[in-house]
Amino acid sequence: MSYMKPRRLSRLAGVVVLLLLAGCVTINIYFPAAAAEKAADKIIDEVWQLQDGRRTPRPSEAQPAGQGSNAEGAKP
Amino acid sequence: MSVRVWIGILWLAFAGLLPGAAGAQGNLDIDTPAIAALRTSMQQRHLQLAPLYASGAVGLAGDGTVALRDASGVPLAQRGQVSNLVAAENADRAALYREIARANGHPEWEADVRRTFAQRWIERAQAGWWVQAGGNWVRK
Repeated sequence: MSYMKPRRLSRLAGVVVLLLLAGCVTINIYFPAAAAEKAADKIIDEVWQLQDGRRTPRPSEAQPAGQGSNAEGAKP
Repeated sequence: MSVRVWIGILWLAFAGLLPGAAGAQGNLDIDTPAIAALRTSMQQRHLQLAPLYASGAVGLAGDGTVALRDASGVPLAQRGQVSNLVAAENADRAALYREIARANGHPEWEADVRRTFAQRWIERAQAGWWVQAGGNWVRK
């Protein structure tokens, strides 16, 4: 008469609990590599000022700047 | 139920959840006051570091730090200043990696965050800058 035998039902419940547990463990263990890359790129854009329009000084521009600071005699 | 069926169920459970967990990745929180302060500090220091990257005096190391690579091009009087810059930058970077891991509730992610940044700094370095690849310095 009954659709499922109690034994089968309890096994099904066991599988559901297992799935939930595995879900919790999985989400907490794995490092979100893609999200981290996105975050890194955002910070690198900002630190190196790579956002649209504003570019980091190219080597050709940066070189004289370095020598310029020599001339200024920047001392601590 | 045989052991084989149980192994099958276990396998399905994990195989089904792995992509779910990967898809659940949203964004990492990088907007805390501590991280904002570090970003500003590093951005300002970059004005002084950029010429040193370009001349090859300072390079991007494989471990997410910057390193004094070749001081010979730096005038003697300025070498102390350059090593101070490198030390300050590395202190900020270490704090940044630690703070990002902490802000997202997983201090143990610090090493992963550092590894991710190390790759991105190197990949995005400008042509002419020196980066460390497999322990060796190469010019991009």
